[in-house]
Amino acid sequence: MSESVSDTATRQAPSVDKSQYLLAAALFAVGVYTIVDARGLNVGFGDPVGPRVFPYLIGAGMIVLAVLLAIATARGDVAQAEAGEDIDLTTPPDWLTVGKLVGILVLNLLLVNFLGWAISGALLFAGSAWALGSRTPLRDVLVGAVLAVGGWYFFYALGVPLTPGILDGIL
Amino acid sequence: MDTLNLLADGLQSAFTLENLAYAAIGVLLGTFVGVLPGIGPAMAVALLLPITYGLDVTQSMIIFAGIYYGGMYGGSTTSILLNTPGESASVMTAIEGNKMAKRGRAAQALATAAIGSFIAGTIGTLLVAFFTPTLANQAVKIGAPSYFAIMLLAMVLVSSVLGASRLRGFIGLFMGLTIGLVGLDLSTGQARLTGGSLELADGIGIVVVAVGVFAVGEALWTAAHLRRMPVDVIPVGRPFMGRDDWRRSWGPWLRGTALGFPFGAVPAGGAETPTFLSYITERKLAGRRGDSDEFGQGAIEGVAGPEAANNASAAGMFVPLLALGLPVTATASILLAALTSYGIVPGPTLMTDQPDLVWTLLASLLIGNTLLLVINLPLAPLWARLLRIPRPQLYAGILFFASLGAYSVNQDPFDLALLLAFGLLGFAIRRFGIPVLPLILGVILGPLMEVKLREALDLSGGEISGLFNEPLAILCYLLIVVVLVAPAVLRRFRTPDEAIPEKEAVR
Repeated sequence: MSESVSDTATRQAPSVDKSQYLLAAALFAVGVYTIVDARGLNVGFGDPVGPRVFPYLIGAGMIVLAVLLAIATARGDVAQAEAGEDIDLTTPPDWLTVGKLVGILVLNLLLVNFLGWAISGALLFAGSAWALGSRTPLRDVLVGAVLAVGGWYFFYALGVPLTPGILDGIL
Repeated sequence: MDTLNLLADGLQSAFTLENLAYAAIGVLLGTFVGVLPGIGPAMAVALLLPITYGLDVTQSMIIFAGIYYGGMYGGSTTSILLNTPGESASVMTAIEGNKMAKRGRAAQALATAAIGSFIAGTIGTLLVAFFTPTLANQAVKIGAPSYFAIMLLAMVLVSSVLGASRLRGFIGLFMGLTIGLVGLDLSTGQARLTGGSLELADGIGIVVVAVGVFAVGEALWTAAHLRRMPVDVIPVGRPFMGRDDWRRSWGPWLRGTALGFPFGAVPAGGAETPTFLSYITERKLAGRRGDSDEFGQGAIEGVAGPEAANNASAAGMFVPLLALGLPVTATASILLAALTSYGIVPGPTLMTDQPDLVWTLLASLLIGNTLLLVINLPLAPLWARLLRIPRPQLYAGILFFASLGAYSVNQDPFDLALLLAFGLLGFAIRRFGIPVLPLILGVILGPLMEVKLREALDLSGGEISGLFNEPLAILCYLLIVVVLVAPAVLRRFRTPDEAIPEKEAVR
């Protein structure tokens, strides 16, 4: 994943965006899976359309698009990555930060039922801030705790008690 | 004058102290979230959806109206004070707005944006109130074949007209359609694309998809490319306008409204095109008056026009949503999902089944719009401070609230896993330049389309001609052919290089 994401930098040079082949392959696989999955459906009597037709159309369309994308990529088509307020496309992507964030989100979904939202939510906030380069861990934990406990009581007031987890009876 | 009476009734039922409080909460929350960099109106509505869980449908509609207009207004504040528009609709505002702010006229830029939004939003909402009943009366007569064709037309338009690459538009659309397939088939009850998972049998909620793709995807994408330099926020006092500013603003406000509303009401119109057209119009008119020099250095007309166009198109989107049940923007899709969660079926029958609700919604849009002006003009300096929130905490907060919203629906960690999966998809589509709107529309329109397709073909006994037996349907198919073929034909007559120089030059 060393290629430049910036479109302006690569627009002049006719380089091939290799990871777009990856996307095309993934789309192709999804299209094939959609069709294979639909083949297993039963069509009832007296049902002229049945549950298969629509998935067939979508799967077939997806396969065609995947092939078109592969062809366009080979011809030098380059993706125009999305810009934004806090986004600097001139630097290479920072995979370490993305990996940390994904890890923290996974940790949250594994732990939320055991620890309860009030604790796992606080960890989610503090952890994400840390991953994104915050240098005030203590403050982040405090802010996270206030947000998470506040969120818990907010939904409690709405009549939707979130999992209390190990804090059951304390909140 | 039936419409006026109905609207007055709606105003009456919306005008309780409690409901006004809800409207104020909606406006404040919407602006708060909308001002935050990286959050547009669609994401604001999706993120704030869970706060309405305990409320009844009228109150949540009132809050939504506030959030929607608040989110839009917040976006213009960001583009004027930061010069980095969070959404394509604010690009034109940023051009002159930020120049004005740099010349020390931030207060006037914010004021003309706020008042212009108010005027355009009010006129737009009134137009919705007048047009929607008529359209809904006609829409009741539309049969399944035409419905199918209209939805197909909307999808083709959204995928091919917006964005730089039609191929990527359609890829986004088909991603959405595939996501929409997941779950039990409506008429036979067989599971499709669930991989045997029981949790997927109910299908994937549009809110999880939207929050995942918009919020989590945005956070992950920003994390990969975070700008490490501190942003430059222009300080601002209380917004106000001088006599001269009023004189120069009212024309652009009205012209922007006239441009914006029709574009908002048709699929793929959106706010991008009318804001651009409004900007061009104002620049041309200034040139005719002989004072075009100011354009490019902070002309107030260049803020007033596009902002009005933006809000008028935001109001226009309610026409197809309420009359046809057809969402044409990402925000409309999420509002549609919110309505469906209350057991309300949007579509031509909505006006006759739930007239109170529709008129209360329209009345709350008017109230929300007014509150926006009253609350936000004095609060502008406060909102400007929000732009200084350190980025790590800002995006950590987005991830926190996205997870909270997804988790609170069923209290199932599986939803958090889905959220992450759609976050990664959101990252991928940003990396590969695939537009979000066709994807969201695919998720919400796909299942509706299948219902209409099967209805139409059931009636004709499976004959494919059952899709073409209504004039409206045939008209739609003709339009689809034109949309798909026209660009290829046009390309033969002029080279792409000279086709878009003006748009490029303005950016």
